[in-house]
Amino acid sequence: MAENSAELRIKGGKVYDPANGIDGEVRDILVRDGRVVDKVSEKARTINAHGMVVMPGGVDIHCHIAGPKVNLSRKLQPEDHRLDVHPGTDVTRSGVGGVTPSTFATGYRYATLGYTTAFDAAVPPLAARHVIEEFHDTPVIDKGFYVLLGNNMFLYDLLKQGRKQDFKEAIAWWVTAARAAGVKLVNAGSDEFWKGRRNENVTDVNEDIDPFDLSPLQATAAFIEAVDELNLPHPAHIHCNNLGHSGNVQTTLDTMKAAEGHRAHIAHVQFHSYAGELGKRVQTGSEAIIDYINTHENITTDVGMVMFGKATAMTADAPLTWMLRFKDTKWVNADTECESGCGVMPFTYQDTNYTHTMQWAIGLELFLLSKDPWRVMFSTDHPNGASFQTYPRLIRLLMDRGFRAEMMKHVNQKAISTCLLPQLDREYSLSEIAIITRAAPARALGLVNKGHLGVGADADITVYTDDENREHMFNAPRYVIKAGKPIIEDHEFVDDHIGRFLHTEPEHDPAIEDQIRPFFEDYYSIRFNNYRVDASYLHDHEVIPLRNSGGKRKKGSK
Amino acid sequence: MSETKTTEAAADEPNIRIVEDATCTFCGCVCDDMELTVDLDANRITKAKNACVLGRAWFLQHGIEDHPQAMIEGREVPLEEAMDEAARILHEAKFPITYGLSDSPCEAQRVAVAINDLVRGNIDTTTSVCHGPSGIAFQGVGESTATLGEVKNRADLVIYWGGNPAESHPRHFTRYTVTPKGRYIPNGKKDRYVVLIDIRKTPSSPVADQSIRVKPGRDFELLWALRALVRGRDISPDIEEITGVSRETLDELVERMKNCNFGVLFFGMGLTMTRGRHFNSGALLALATDLNKHTHFVAKPVRGHGNVTGADNVVSWQTGYPFGVNFHRGYPRFNPGEYTTVDLLARGDADAAMMIATDPASNFPKRAIENLKKIPVISLDAKPTYTSRAARVAFMVATYGINTGGTVYRMDDVPITLRPAFDSPFPTDEEVLTGIYTRLKALRVNGRKKAA
Amino acid sequence: MILIPGRSSKQGTSLNAGKLKEEYQTITSTIEMNESTMNKLGLSTGDRVRLSCSTGKVEVACGKPRKDEDLPDGMIFIPYGPSSSELMESDTAGTGMPMSKQMMVEVERLGAN
Repeated sequence: MAENSAELRIKGGKVYDPANGIDGEVRDILVRDGRVVDKVSEKARTINAHGMVVMPGGVDIHCHIAGPKVNLSRKLQPEDHRLDVHPGTDVTRSGVGGVTPSTFATGYRYATLGYTTAFDAAVPPLAARHVIEEFHDTPVIDKGFYVLLGNNMFLYDLLKQGRKQDFKEAIAWWVTAARAAGVKLVNAGSDEFWKGRRNENVTDVNEDIDPFDLSPLQATAAFIEAVDELNLPHPAHIHCNNLGHSGNVQTTLDTMKAAEGHRAHIAHVQFHSYAGELGKRVQTGSEAIIDYINTHENITTDVGMVMFGKATAMTADAPLTWMLRFKDTKWVNADTECESGCGVMPFTYQDTNYTHTMQWAIGLELFLLSKDPWRVMFSTDHPNGASFQTYPRLIRLLMDRGFRAEMMKHVNQKAISTCLLPQLDREYSLSEIAIITRAAPARALGLVNKGHLGVGADADITVYTDDENREHMFNAPRYVIKAGKPIIEDHEFVDDHIGRFLHTEPEHDPAIEDQIRPFFEDYYSIRFNNYRVDASYLHDHEVIPLRNSGGKRKKGSK
Repeated sequence: MSETKTTEAAADEPNIRIVEDATCTFCGCVCDDMELTVDLDANRITKAKNACVLGRAWFLQHGIEDHPQAMIEGREVPLEEAMDEAARILHEAKFPITYGLSDSPCEAQRVAVAINDLVRGNIDTTTSVCHGPSGIAFQGVGESTATLGEVKNRADLVIYWGGNPAESHPRHFTRYTVTPKGRYIPNGKKDRYVVLIDIRKTPSSPVADQSIRVKPGRDFELLWALRALVRGRDISPDIEEITGVSRETLDELVERMKNCNFGVLFFGMGLTMTRGRHFNSGALLALATDLNKHTHFVAKPVRGHGNVTGADNVVSWQTGYPFGVNFHRGYPRFNPGEYTTVDLLARGDADAAMMIATDPASNFPKRAIENLKKIPVISLDAKPTYTSRAARVAFMVATYGINTGGTVYRMDDVPITLRPAFDSPFPTDEEVLTGIYTRLKALRVNGRKKAA
Repeated sequence: MILIPGRSSKQGTSLNAGKLKEEYQTITSTIEMNESTMNKLGLSTGDRVRLSCSTGKVEVACGKPRKDEDLPDGMIFIPYGPSSSELMESDTAGTGMPMSKQMMVEVERLGAN
C-alpha cells in the first residue's frame, strides 16, 4: 500500500455522509495515513471548505472501462478520439477522450467528476489479465471487476449433471482464479444460441438450452443461489435475458422472482423495463418493475440511464448488438471460447427518436418512483446508455424538475406523451444523490471502508462548490482527495495516483481443480496451469471481505 | 514473474531443470505447452518438447552470448552510462521516434509509450508493416472474430487467405484450427472443410481440401465478387479473366460459406502487403460480417511476431490508437502514412530513433535505411543485428520468455504469462526502458529549474 | 517479373541463430522461380543474377526450380531480408505499409556460380 503520512483537516464544509446519518451538517473531516480519523495534530494541513459540499468519493457499480471489449471500442473509433484530446500535465499522462477514453484519460476524467472507485461489469476469465494490466494504467480510481460466468460451458455441464456442490466450488474457484470482485451473468444461455445455432438468441426464459437440458431461468436461479451461499460480498450481478426488447418486463419480473430468498443485483434495469409487444413500439414498464423492487428487499439494482448523444453498445450480449445494427454500421463480434460472447458498436441516442426518448424517460421514471435509494443506484452502463461523462447532467435531471421540464420540450413528443415522467415532480436531495452515487454502491459491493466518511473509512473525499446548477457542481469538484492525498486542488491536478485493485477470495475445495482441468485441456486453447492470474499482477490490492467474515479488511496474499 | 512449475532433476544430474507449460514467443501462435529441458550449467535449453521447427530454433539457439550489456559507438560501457546517453539523445532530439516492440513483453511496451508521452515523441510498432492495413480496415468496418479455442471447438469451415502458416506459424493447423478435436468437432480434421486461397502453391497446400489460386494483386476483386454473391447480386462475366477463379468455383465457395455452422477466414500478409492493402483487409472483414446474416462467421489476421498483438493492445489502451502515434502536441495523434516509421524515416523527419527488438536496418525500404544511418539510434535487442551494429547506443537485453517473465498477447488477444527458463546476465527491456524513463524525468525537472 | 518476398521456415530458424550469421544471409539472398521461367531466362540452380528496379539493385543466387503448377510464370519468390529491402519502394500511399509484395523487377543473368 502506498504510504501517506500527510494529515489533512477539511474544514467547515457541509458534509453529506448518509451512511453515518449526516445530512449537510457543517463539520471537519480529519485525515491521516489515507484514512478518516477522529484526531489530527496541530500540524495538519487545512483545506478550507467553508460553504462547500463534502461527500465521499463516488463509486460506480456498473461500467465498462477496461479489457478487450473496451480496447476494441477504442481501436474502432479514432474519429471519437480526434474530437476530444486529453493533453497531459506535469503530473499526469496524456490520452484521448470520446465515449471510450484511453486508460489514463478514463481515470483522470472519473476523478474530475469526484469519482474514486469503479467496477468493470463484464470480464471473461480468459481476459482477466488484460483487464488488470489496463487497471494499472487507469489512474486515481480504485477498481475491480465482475467475472462473466453466466454462459460458462463447464459450469453448464455441471448443472446438466445436477452437481450442485461442484457448481458452487467451481464458481468460487473461478472468482479466485480470475481475481474478480463478483459474478456476472449476461443473457444466460444465449452463447450456445449465438455461436452454435447460426446467430440465434434466447427469446423465452423457459426454453431449452440445447445441449444442456436447462432453461435460462434455471441457470440464472442456480447462479443466484450459489453466489449468495458463497457469501460473496456482492450478489450475482445479472444482465437479464431479452435486453432491449419491447415486452421484456415479464422476463425481468420472472428473473427477480427466481431470486426469491436470495440476494440479487439486476443490472441496468432501464433496458429491462419495456412494456408493449415484442417487435412493436416500446412502452414504459417502469412502474411494474420498480413496484416489485420497492417491495422486495433482496433485490438491488442500478438503473443504466440513457442520455442523448454519442454512446457505444458494448456487451457480452453479442446477439443484442447484432439486432441493433442497421445500415451496415461498423460492428465488432468477439467470441471467447467456452466463456462468453461480445459485441461492440458505435451508437447515438437521438432526442427526436421515439425509442431513445422512451429509454431516457424510463431511466428517470425508475429513479423518481424508487422508494429506497439504498437499493436503486446510479449508472449509465457506461458507455452503453451514455458515457460516464454525462453523470453531472443526469444528476441535475434528477435534482431539478425545471431542468427536466425544459428538456422534455425538446424530445420526441409522441413518446413523452405516453410516459409517466411529465407527471412526476420529485426532486432528489443532495443526500439522496450521495446515496445513489456513493453510499449505496459501496454497501452493495461490500466495501465497508468506502462510500462514507466515518472513522476508519478510506480517505476518498470530494469537495464541490455548492452551485445551484447541479450539473456545473458535479462536473468540477474543487478538491478530490484519494487515499488521503490531494489529487485535484482548485480544479487542477496536483498529483498522480495509481489506485488500488479490489477483488475477493471465496473459500473453495482445491480438489475442484481436478474436475476443471480435464475439461480445460480438451476444450480451451491455453494450458490450465497458465490460466489463473498469478499474484504478480496484483500490485497494490485489497481483498474485499466475504459477508460472513465480520467485515474485516485484509491485504491480499501475494 | 509467474509461479513456474519446475522439476529439479535427481541428484546425479543436479543442473538440469524442467519447465512445464512454458510459452514460445517466436510467432503469434504463442503456444504455451512447451516442456523445456534446461541445462543450468551451460545456460541453455537442450530440449523443447512440443515445439515446432521455428520454436525449437528459438529455444535451442538462445544461449548466453559473450557480448557487452551496453555499447556506445561500438565501445563497451557500463549499463548506467549507456542509459544516460540514451536519455540525453531522446531529451535533446526535436523529433525522436520509437519503433519495434513486437518482441517485448507488455510490461516493457507500457514504459516505451510512457517515454514517448514524456518526450513528445512518436511511437510505432511493427504492426505498421505487418497488419497495419488490417488495423486501418478495422477502424472502418469492425470485425467479427473469435479466440482460437472457439475455432477448435466449433469451426467446420476454415479458410486461409494469403498466408502460409505451415512455414510462418507451423502449429496453427495442428494446435488450433484444423487437426484438433473440439467440443462440437469430435473428429477433428474430418469434421472440417479447409480452403486455401493464395497466388502460389506453398507447403501449407497439402492441408487443404481445396486450393484456390488467385491472380497476383487480384485479391480485392475476388473478395468483392464473393461479397456480391453472398448478398445475392450478380457479378461480371469476366470474373475468371480478372481473378483467375472460375464462376463455378466462386458459387460453390459461397454456398459452402453460407451453409456452414461456424466459418472462419484467416488472412495473412499476402493481403496486407500487396495491391489494395487496407482495402483488401476491409473487404475480407466485411465479407465475414456479411456472412453473419446466414450463419456464424468470424475472421482473424494471422499475426507474426510473438507479442505484436500485445503491442497493439498496449498502444491502444494508452493512446486510443493501435500504432503510428505521435505525441508532439502533448497528446496522442494517429495518422498512418505520416506517423508510421517507414514514412518518418524515408522523409527524413526523425532526428533520433529508439529501436526495440526490431531490425529495420535489414528489412525496411532502402531509402528509410539510408536516413536511419544519418541519425543517432538507440537499440535494444537480444541478438546483434544490422540495426544494433549501426546504433550509437546498443543494449543487449535478456530474451523474453526464455530469460524473462512478463505478459504476451496471442494473435487472438488472449494474454499469457511467460515462464522464464534460466537467468540472463543481460538486463530486461523493461529495466533498460525504466532506467531511461527515470533519467528523462530528472532531465525534465532540471530543465524546468534552469528555465525558472 | 513480379518479386514476392515472404517468410520461409529456414528464414525463420536462421534468424534465431543471428542475422549477422552466414546462414541467414545466404537464405535471404536466394530466389525461387518455376521451371519454365528459369528455362526461358536460361538460368540454372546456383546462377548469379541481378534484380533491379527504380529503387535499387541486388545480386542474388538462383535456388532450385519450382514445379510450374506451384509458382506462376514470371514470379520470383525471395525470403524477407536485406536483399528485398534494397528493392523496396519507400512510398506507403498513406498507409505506413510499403508495397512489400508484388514488386516489379528486371532480372539479368550474371553468370554461373
